[in-house]
Amino acid sequence: MQSFKDLIANYEWQAIQDDIYRKSAADVVRALAKPGRLDLEDFKALVSPAAAAYLEPMAQRSHQQTQQRFGKTIQMYIPLYLSNECQNICTYCGFSLDVPIARKTLSEEEILAEMSVIKQMGYEHVLLVTGEANKTVGVEYLQCAIRLLRPHFAHIAMEVQPLEQAEYALLRREGLHTVLVYQETYHREEYKTHHPKGKKSNFDYRLDTHDRLGRAGIQKMGLGVLLGLEDWRTDSFFCAAHLQYLEKTYWQSKYSISFPRLRPCAGGLNPKVQLSDRELVQLICAYRLLSDTVELSLSTRESPHFRDHVLKLGITSMSADSKTDPGGYANPNMALEQFEIDDKRPTTEVVASIRRQGYEPVFKNAVGIGDF
Amino acid sequence: MKTNPLTIADTTFHSRLFTGTGKFSASPLMREALQASGTELVTVALKRVDVHQQQGDDLLTHLQHPQWRLLPNTSGVRNAQEAVLAAELAREALQTNWVKLEIHPDPKYLMPDPIETLRATEALAKRGFVVLPYIHADPVLCKRLEEAGTAAVMPLGAPIGSNKGLRTLDFLEIIIEQSRVPVIIDAGLGAPSHAAQAMELGADAVLVNTAIAVAGDPVAMATAFAQAVQAGRTAYEAQLAQPTAHAVASSPLTAFL
Repeated sequence: MQSFKDLIANYEWQAIQDDIYRKSAADVVRALAKPGRLDLEDFKALVSPAAAAYLEPMAQRSHQQTQQRFGKTIQMYIPLYLSNECQNICTYCGFSLDVPIARKTLSEEEILAEMSVIKQMGYEHVLLVTGEANKTVGVEYLQCAIRLLRPHFAHIAMEVQPLEQAEYALLRREGLHTVLVYQETYHREEYKTHHPKGKKSNFDYRLDTHDRLGRAGIQKMGLGVLLGLEDWRTDSFFCAAHLQYLEKTYWQSKYSISFPRLRPCAGGLNPKVQLSDRELVQLICAYRLLSDTVELSLSTRESPHFRDHVLKLGITSMSADSKTDPGGYANPNMALEQFEIDDKRPTTEVVASIRRQGYEPVFKNAVGIGDF
Repeated sequence: MKTNPLTIADTTFHSRLFTGTGKFSASPLMREALQASGTELVTVALKRVDVHQQQGDDLLTHLQHPQWRLLPNTSGVRNAQEAVLAAELAREALQTNWVKLEIHPDPKYLMPDPIETLRATEALAKRGFVVLPYIHADPVLCKRLEEAGTAAVMPLGAPIGSNKGLRTLDFLEIIIEQSRVPVIIDAGLGAPSHAAQAMELGADAVLVNTAIAVAGDPVAMATAFAQAVQAGRTAYEAQLAQPTAHAVASSPLTAFL
């Protein structure tokens, strides 16, 4: 059976990068003027240095296309960290095996305590997050957590280690709706240097994950690149190609893209490439211009100022008030957290800010678990 | 100027103009028109071929050409079962596992039956056929056919024989955007400009019959279609310039940066 792994073999990193850096202003103008669908060549132009001068028209078109499809709404979600145990070494992550932090995996009582606080904050869409520790946080644990939370939330998403197709199918039947798996970088060699140990070091297994998700019938999948590990323009091209492949292949699924910029954490890796605010806006708009339908998500890694302004430019979902330490809503403990968030405003403030922009924060947009 | 060739099921085509063989006033004229079109894929209705006496068959005799691959079609069948039988008959008689699937139980408008077409595609793909189904411009059906193993999809531009052009434009755009198999616009193309428009959209090929066969001068019209298809494809590959659709608003969205 064909998978994205076969397709990516046709792309040569350096050639793609050269292509992107050769794009001219005329290429950008041509892409921006297209009334119909944009293709991957257009995407190259829109993420190229040449497009930096066209940020305003890109933003205008992204704004218009996003409103036409999604309306003036922002979907709200909140992460629920279940565990920070992890057997992987990742150079950039606060949960990395070699980082000397306290480890914790929530018990059933602790999960319900988190649920209770999150519900009081008004959230109906929850994102379950763990490290990769199969002995303590394997499929059975996840199954148990979903079963526990399913009656309390309208929508359950998950950002954990890649699983087998049958495991995804099992969790889908339990009520799992969305799965986010970021490739981190599509640069095979660079990937190895950042993931030297643990199951995550297997580039191809991770790359195949969305095909397994698609075959398992998962209804929404998230993709993304950890911005800062490699040349963001080239990495994002691969991610866009991945998105297009998935949209065509698993055409009954929905897709979302996230834009994590490398943040300071206990691991302490300095980003190889710094992505400026202007460049992040360029990237967000480029994805929107490529796809009318993809959901674009922005987390609390970003500053309040940036988040307030960028929500008009193509973003469709946001988290707020997030804690990245397991148990952090009921019993905050900063010593356990994955990374430090930037937007620390309480949900009520974020909501007020979204409303001031003329948008409606939507807390529930699903009939029930697994329905849509 | 050369454009990229088209590959369907491991066969490469340099001409993206596929042609039909019906409605010509005489077989020699048909042959002359097909030659002028430069076509490499010619569809022929199995119902019009005498499968038992091929040597003396006038139509088949005029379709002998080293450049032409014959594509038998199942025109006249009413359901999947009949289509499979017709395809098997065609495979035996014409020594080809390619089949253009046409199932139109409605004799008035010859509207393709989506349900029977999907069933027949599933059955024929399993039997090793290279299936090219004639269908409505239905994006979901196209994806279902892909999953069933179709080699290409052939959505209609307008009712067959109507010469109305790309009346299904919006849906063809979606199909072309989403498809993982070649998209051949079949039916309704009445003028070379229609064919050029289809190619500019990014269609992989077009199939034309009536507009050539019933033209005052079919040979000249076949030439015109060949030129239009070539021009449209060249324009598509050259990336068309587009009229600017968006004015710049007075309150900038990026001033905060």
